[in-house]
Order: sequence, then structure tokens, then C-alpha cells
Amino acid sequence: TGKIPNTKTGDGKPRLLLMGQRRSGKSSISSVVFNKLAPSETLYLETTHRIHKESMHSFMDFQVWDLPAHIDYSDPAFDTEDIFSDISALIWVIDAQDEYYDAIQRLNTTILRLQESHPSIIIAVFVHKVDGLSEDYRTDTFRDIVQRVQDELCDAGFENAPVNFYQTSIYDHSIFEAFSKVIQKLIPELPSLEALLDALCASCRIEKAYLFDVLSKIYVATDTSPTDIGSYEICSDYIDVVVDISEIYGWERDEAEAAAEADDGGAVGDSGNKDAESLITMEKHGNNYLYLREINKYLALICIMGEDSATERKALIDYNVRVFQEALNRVFSR
Amino acid sequence: MSSVKRQKQRKVLLMGKSGAGKSSMRSIVFSNYVAKDVRRLAATIDVEHSNIKFMGNLTLNLWDCGGQDGFVENYLTHQRSHVFSSVAVLIFVFDIESREPHTDVVNYSNIIRALQEWSPSAKVFCLIHKMDLVQASRRAQTFEERTEYIRSASEGFRDTVEFYPTSIWDQSLYKAWTQVIYFLIPNASTIENLLEMLAEVIDARELILYERTTCLMVTHVTRGVEASNPYIDRFERISSILKTHKQSLAKHTGIPAGSANFAELQIKTGRFMFFITRLTENTNLAVTIPPSEHVFNAARVNIALARPRFADLDIGNRKRPVDADS
Ligand SMILES: Nc1nc2c(ncn2[C@@H]2O[C@H](COP(=O)(O)OP(=O)(O)OP(=O)(O)O)[C@@H](O)[C@H]2O)c(=O)[nH]1
Ligand SMILES: Nc1nc2c(ncn2[C@@H]2O[C@H](COP(=O)(O)OP(=O)(O)O)[C@@H](O)[C@H]2O)c(=O)[nH]1
Ligand SMILES: [Mg+2]
Repeated sequence: TGKIPNTKTGDGKPRLLLMGQRRSGKSSISSVVFNKLAPSETLYLETTHRIHKESMHSFMDFQVWDLPAHIDYSDPAFDTEDIFSDISALIWVIDAQDEYYDAIQRLNTTILRLQESHPSIIIAVFVHKVDGLSEDYRTDTFRDIVQRVQDELCDAGFENAPVNFYQTSIYDHSIFEAFSKVIQKLIPELPSLEALLDALCASCRIEKAYLFDVLSKIYVATDTSPTDIGSYEICSDYIDVVVDISEIYGWERDEAEAAAEADDGGAVGDSGNKDAESLITMEKHGNNYLYLREINKYLALICIMGEDSATERKALIDYNVRVFQEALNRVFSR
Repeated sequence: MSSVKRQKQRKVLLMGKSGAGKSSMRSIVFSNYVAKDVRRLAATIDVEHSNIKFMGNLTLNLWDCGGQDGFVENYLTHQRSHVFSSVAVLIFVFDIESREPHTDVVNYSNIIRALQEWSPSAKVFCLIHKMDLVQASRRAQTFEERTEYIRSASEGFRDTVEFYPTSIWDQSLYKAWTQVIYFLIPNASTIENLLEMLAEVIDARELILYERTTCLMVTHVTRGVEASNPYIDRFERISSILKTHKQSLAKHTGIPAGSANFAELQIKTGRFMFFITRLTENTNLAVTIPPSEHVFNAARVNIALARPRFADLDIGNRKRPVDADS
């Protein structure tokens, strides 16, 4: 068990460490994913000189550390114990539009170092800014980077290094998807969540179900059927719609006035549903729709309904979702 | 009030220097492009026409006028009367990052003079565009300064010209275009009266009527407590949200964005209930009500009953030949 979030070691929170060359896009990534900065606004970010820590409070608490590009490992003041911990993930950002030879060198040095001190750390490489590259060139660049990293590690006597590679850009959903996959590796409960989602999909003939962290739009888990970025995108966009409209119309009303409105509106409170719920029915494919339900303060369940999961079975879906919700709240009891 | 059906085609000129962003705007608002796709647009050759049907007996006849010098010269000379006669609205787009702002304004003055000559009663909207390129803290002031300068060159339209800061990257685009549409709708008050009655019947907090293709708001009715809703930019925000969503659905389902319409969208929370449903051929209605299942169900029934009355105001049902200009 060693890796349970919210238990001790240091401050006990899993850490995501963003590292990479200058201008590779680390601060942009952290601002876009965690502070909702518009991608175009990242043009104005300044170079990071010291470690910038960001705390995320969500279904689990974790920290995102944005590290300056040039950490001098030989500097005695720099204590790797302090930065790396067993429950953290290292995200190495490589600018795919730039020369990446040096970046790979540094990455490999770091991996080899960590292999000795923190063998269980999770390592992910983001081949970043791929939006600027043509389809073909992008694939080639990606392959080349993967190859080089692995070859060199192999030469250093380290085969099959547990390093995952992702193509990312802040201008589309890829950065969120990649982050989701990294964070999932930090969630010990993942297998149980996936099993719960599989059960839900089977009982309601749901095509694809995601459990989203609403604020960051990172998905915490999905059922085990094949995932494609398209399904993620539509669900993520759908959250935006619900969140935005909920913000617009969910503003704090004056209690008294709202109560007065309730009186002539008749039976307010008959809904009894405090958790937001949403549904979209499509015009062309009458059966096809999206469903969203808030599970708790942080998480929402989003389902893509298939051709045969008809709206009439809404009651069945509601029932199964409630069962799912209870089971889930037992998994994350906080 | 016999003239409701009189003015059908309303001519709208879209002008401004080449590269200012005219075609980008038009493609996003009227042709379901997403902001990042506009990089693929080529410079407009001469004039590109489009006809867009709106609710309330309005058809926009939009002239996207290529901004390269040669074309502009031609508009001002050989085609002067053809281009500038019977114009309802001129939308002039200024690139905030233009390297020659003075030349832009000189060109604008020339256009304004031609307009004054041929369509003195036209309305002018100036869009100060690509505001996203200006750092957020400097936007208000930059806009203010540019506006003053352009107004002073607006001749006869000086007192009536309206200015909007825009960018294809946020909802400011919808805000500006909503104003243009509202100005052009001939029977806005009839529609508003009908909507107000409907809102009363279903006890809505707010109703927003918007056009289905563009997601631009036609008009809205706000009642009671909702009048203090702090999000005063919510109308253009909702346009932008719905437009983005439409594109997202289109991408995922493979249906062309033009027809990727949802039959209904509902959101229920402990604070409000909201749904969007088809009202007429060309319009959707967004409804916000108190959080009550009763009110919700009753509202849906009543809207279904009200549909025919709104359909009478909508011209989409009747097919008619489109004017061929060239
Ligand atoms: N940053 C930014 N760029 C924009 C914006 N709107 C348009 N652009 C860019 O401006 C360039 C020119 O856009 P167009 O719409 O083709 O310009 P146009 O005014 O139609 O030009 P002509 O057809 O030659 O008259 C494109 O590369 C767009 O991507 C904006 O709001 N912000
Ligand atoms: N085209 C493109 N540019 C990006 C992307 N991510 C970041 N950038 C740009 O890269 C530059 C450097 O980013 P910054 O986050 O300051 O780099 P850092 O030094 O690693 O923190 C900025 O101008 C960003 O706008 C991306 O996905 N695509
Ligand atoms: Mg053009």
C-alpha cells in the first residue's frame, strides 16, 4: 500500500513536478490546466526563476510544482529528497518545435538519477507544442524523441524504463487528457473506480462513462472500454456548458426574494435534487444523448449514451447512478 | 402596423483593411467555423455575398468586401452606387494591431463619405478587432483612445456611430453582432410582447430567444429577481457557449455543424432549472425557471402550445428566391 493519498510522508500530498528546458511551456501548462488561463494569454508569462507551488484541492489534494529550467543538482543547497518523493510524478516537458537534443540529455540524466533515489516515481514526457507541427512531422518528431530517450537509457543499462510519452498542446484538449492519465497513476483506488464504471455502463447500456474532476476537467477514471480523445473532448466541452450556465443562473439570490418567488411559483423544494443534473437529446439521432450528474463537491459523472440507451429508461439510469454514487462515496470517504 | 412584412432584405456591408479579420468573424458567426480554423481563410476577392434568414421577417444580405487596396479603389469609383446604395448597416473592422492606423482611418473616411452620399440613413458600427492581442490591463484605455480618433473622422455619422471591442477568441464577437442584429430586426417589439406574455404564463425568470445557426440573441425577457443577475454579459456568453457546444457535438457525431442541433438541453440544480428547446424554424428558446419540477413540466407544455404564434413571425417557413447580386 505505501501510496495512499492524504497519509504521511512530508506533507503527504502527491506532487506533480513540471520540469524541462526554458520556454518549453511548463508555466503555460500549469496556468492553463489549473488556473484556467486562456491559452493565448500565455504569451505574456515570464520565465520562472524559483519553484512555483500550486495546491489543488479536489477529490484528492495534490500539488503542482513548476520548477525553473536549470536546477543544479551538484549544488548542495538543492536537496532532491525535498523535491522528489515516492508519491509524485515527474512531468518532463519538451518543446517539439525547438531543438530537443539538450532536453533529452537532461531528461535522461534526471531519470537515471531518480532511478537510484526514487525508483517508484512516475515519469511522463510531454512532447509539447505539437499544435504548430504538420500531421506527418508531428508523428515523426514524436517517434524520434521516444526512440532517442529509450535508446540512451538502454545504453546506460536501463532497459524498459517506465516512461510514458504524450503529445500535448495547450491549444486543444490533449494537455488535459495527458494530465488525466498521469494523475490516474497516482490514484490507488483506480481499479475499483473502473470496475464501478464498467458495472454502470453494462447495466444502463452506456457507451462511455467518465468520472471528471469538474474544476480542472481532468478525468479521474473511465470505464475500461477503449478511449478516444473525441469522447473525452465532447464530455469535457459538455462540462463547460453546464458549469458556465450554472454559474450564470446559480448566483446567490436574496433569500427573502427567492422565498417570495417560491411562494407564487408553487412548490419549490419539490425537486429535492441539490446535485446538478443535465441531459442533452439530439435532434438527428433521437436516442443519442449526453448525461451529466454531480456526484459530490468535486466530481461529476458524464455519460455518452449509445443508440440503444433510450431516454425512456431515464428512471433506470437514475437508479443505477444513485447506486454508483453511494459506492463511490464509500471509496472516497472524505 | 401593416408594414411588419415590408422590409425583407437588409443590406449589410462588412468593410475594413485586408487582414483586419472580417472574413474570420463572418465564418465564425455565420458559417460555424471555430476560432482556430480561420487561419485557413484566404484573402477575400472582391465581394462575397451571404444571405442569412433571421426571425422576425429579417434576411441579412451580408457583403463581405475584400479589403485589398485595388478592390477598395473599385468600390469607391466604378462600383460606388452599386456598393453603397440602400445600405442598412455598415460594419467597419479596424485591426487594433495595425501598423498604419492613420491610413486605416483615412480609408475609413473615404468609405464614410461614399456611404453618406448613397445611404445617408444607414447605421455605422465600428469594431475594434483583435483585442486579444492587447494585454488585458491596457485594453480599456487602448479602446477608448482608438474610438475617439475614429469618431472624429466619422463625419455625418459622428453622433450615431457605435463602437465595440472584439476578438474571435472570446464572446465580445457575439456582443457586437447581437447589437447589429437587434438594430436590424423590424418587429422586435412584437416579438418581445409575445415573449413577455409567455414568460408570465410559465413563471420564467428569464427567456432568451436566439437564432439557431448563429446562436445570436434576438431578444430576451427578464423577470423579478433575475433582473439583479450580476452576470450582465450573460447573453453573449450564452451565445458563445452554445456555439462552441454545437461545434463540439458536430465534431463528435460527424454531423455537419449546421445541422448538429440538440432537440433539447436541460440543466437542473438546486438553485434553478434551465432548458433550451426549439421555438420556431429559425429560433431556439432558452428558459430559466425556479427549481421546481412542476414549473418545469408546465413550462414545456406551454411553450409547445405557444409555438404556432411565434411561427407566424418567422419567415423561415416560406421559401423565397434569393436575390442574385454581382
Ligand atoms: N489574434 C487575432 N487574430 C485574428 C482575429 N480575427 C482574425 N484574426 C486573424 O487575422 C487574419 C486575417 O483574417 P481575415 O478574416 O481573412 O481578414 P479579412 O479582413 O477578411 O481580409 P481581406 O479578405 O483580405 O479583406 C487571419 O490570420 C486570422 O487568423 C482576432 O480576433 N485575434
Ligand atoms: N504553439 C504553442 N505555444 C505554446 C504552447 N504552450 C506554451 N506555448 C508558448 O511557449 C512560450 C513559453 O512558455 P512558458 O510557459 O513561459 O515556458 P516555461 O519557461 O517552460 O515556463 C509561451 O510563449 C507560450 O505561449 C503550446 O501548446 N503551443
Ligand atoms: Mg476576407
